[in-house]
Amino acid sequence: MREKLLGLIERNCKIDVSDLAKMLGVTEANIVEELEKLEKEGIICGYLTLINWEKTSKEKVTGLIEVRVTPQRENGFDKIAERIYNYPEVKSVYLISGAYDLLVTLEEDTLKGIASFVSEKLSTIDEVISTATHFILKKYKDHGVVFDNNLKTERETVTL
Amino acid sequence: MIHKLSEKVINIKPSGIRKFFDLVAEKKDVISLGVGEPDFDTPWHIREEGIYAFEKGRTFYTSNSGLKDLRIEITKYLKRRYNLDYDAMSETLVTVGGSEAIDLAIRAIVNDGDEVIIPEPCYVSYKPCAILANAKPVVIDLKVENEFRLTADELLDATTDKTKILVLPFPNNPTGAIMEEKDLKEIAKVCIEKDIYVITDEIYAELTYKGKHHSIAEIPGMKERTVYINGFSKAYAMTGWRLGYACAPNEIIRQMTKIHQFAIMCAPTISQYAAIEALKNGDRDVEMMKESYNQRRLFLIESFKEIGLPCFEPFGAFYVFPCIKKYNMTSEEFAMKFLEEENVAVVPGSAFGDSGEGFLRISYAYSIENLKVAFEKLKRFVSKL
Repeated sequence: MREKLLGLIERNCKIDVSDLAKMLGVTEANIVEELEKLEKEGIICGYLTLINWEKTSKEKVTGLIEVRVTPQRENGFDKIAERIYNYPEVKSVYLISGAYDLLVTLEEDTLKGIASFVSEKLSTIDEVISTATHFILKKYKDHGVVFDNNLKTERETVTL
Repeated sequence: MIHKLSEKVINIKPSGIRKFFDLVAEKKDVISLGVGEPDFDTPWHIREEGIYAFEKGRTFYTSNSGLKDLRIEITKYLKRRYNLDYDAMSETLVTVGGSEAIDLAIRAIVNDGDEVIIPEPCYVSYKPCAILANAKPVVIDLKVENEFRLTADELLDATTDKTKILVLPFPNNPTGAIMEEKDLKEIAKVCIEKDIYVITDEIYAELTYKGKHHSIAEIPGMKERTVYINGFSKAYAMTGWRLGYACAPNEIIRQMTKIHQFAIMCAPTISQYAAIEALKNGDRDVEMMKESYNQRRLFLIESFKEIGLPCFEPFGAFYVFPCIKKYNMTSEEFAMKFLEEENVAVVPGSAFGDSGEGFLRISYAYSIENLKVAFEKLKRFVSKL
C-alpha cells in the first residue's frame, strides 16, 4: 500500500484522506498512520504547490548552473553541495554524472541577481573549478505537469 | 419511386443507450458516467509510432488479414499473457475493432434459424448481429445472486438441438462480472458435450482486478470450437484507432476473412503500425491504467456502501452495476430523474437486456474528481427518495 499511497499523493497532495482510504481499500486511520510514518522516516519531505509564475505579474528568473568541483578527501562532494544548498535562493542541487559534477537551480527576481550569485558566492568557493550558467526561457512541463494544458474535451458520445 | 426498406433492419430496435444519450446531449454541464471509453489518451509512444508511420508514407492498404508483423505480435502477446497458442498466419485476423470481429464470427458460423445463446445483461451488438445473420438469439437472464456469471445449469437449460453458438462476454460490459477458471471449466464441459461454438469477447481481459484473467480457449477441447476476440480500445486506450482482432481455427478464420475482405478490405494501416508498438512496449501503460481504474472501482464500491446502495463487487472492465430496486422505480425512471435533478448521466441497466432492469451501469472510466462530485450528487439524490 505504501508505494501506491506515495504514487497517489505525489500527483496530488491535496487528495482527502477519506478518498485515499476508499481508493486503496483501507481505513482512514491506516492512511493517517502511514502518512505520519512516511513523514517521520523522511520519505515524505514536503507538500508543495506547483505554480506557473509566468501567468502572474511577479518577475522571476530561473538559472541552471553546471558546476565542476574538486571532490574533497573523506567528504567527496557532500560538503561542497551543502555549502551551496544552504543558500535559500538555491532551489535544488543534484550530483550529476558526466561532464560536470553539480547541477544547481537558482531562482532570483532579476538576471543580475543570478549573475552576482554565480560570480560572488559560487565561483569563490575554493573547490569550484568552473561554472556554466543557463537561463530558463519557458517552462513547458514541470514535475510531470504540462503547463498551459488545454483541457477542452473534443469527445463525442457514442453508443456502446 | 420509394421501395420498402429491409424489414429485418427496420425491426431492429435502436440501442437503448442511444436514446438516453440523445437526451443527455440536449442538456448542459452534465457530468456523464455513461460512456464506456477510457478517459486516458493513447500512450504517447504508441501515438508517436502512428505519426512515424504517416511520415514514412505508410498510407497503403495492408493485406486483408492484417500486417504480418502485427499478427505475429498478437500471437506472442496471447501466449505471454493468456497462454493461448495461435498460428499468426493461419489463425488470426485483424479487424476494425472487436465489434467487427463479433459480426464476422456470427455470420461465418450460423445458418438460417440456428440459435445463438446470449447471456444478458451484455453489450448491445450481439443480438442485432445474430438477427442480421438470420439466426435466432436465445437470451439467458444472468442473476445478481451469481454475481452475473454464467452457470453451467443456465447454459444447459438454454441449449436445444438448434444451438450453434454461445457468446461469452467476460469481463462483462455492463455488469463488470468476470468468469474465473473454475466457472469457465464448467461452461466448457457443456459446450463440448453439446457440441457448440463459443465466441468469447475478451476485450476487457486486461482489466481484471481479481487474480489472473483466463480465457475459455485455453481449456483443452475448446480452442477448436472457439473464436477468441480482443482488441486495443480498452487495454491501450485506443478506441478511435478502431482496431481489434479475432483468433480461431483456420476453417473459421478463412470464412471470416472472406466477409472481412469484401466488406472492409483491411483494418486501418496506421493503426496497425501503432498497435505493434502497443503490444511490444505497452505493458507498463496497461498496468498503470489498470491500477488507476482499480482505485476508482474501490472508491465507488465503498461509496455505495456508505449510502446503502446494494452492489455486488465487480472484478472486471470499468463498470459498476448497483441495484436500485429498493426505490420502486425502473432503471430508466431512476436514470431520467437523476439526470433531471442532479445533471448526472448514468445508463439504465435495462438498456443491456431485461435482466438489467433494476440496475444502473456506472462507468468509472472517469477521473476521481468527477466520480467524487457525481457521488455527492447521488448521495443527495437518493436521500430524498
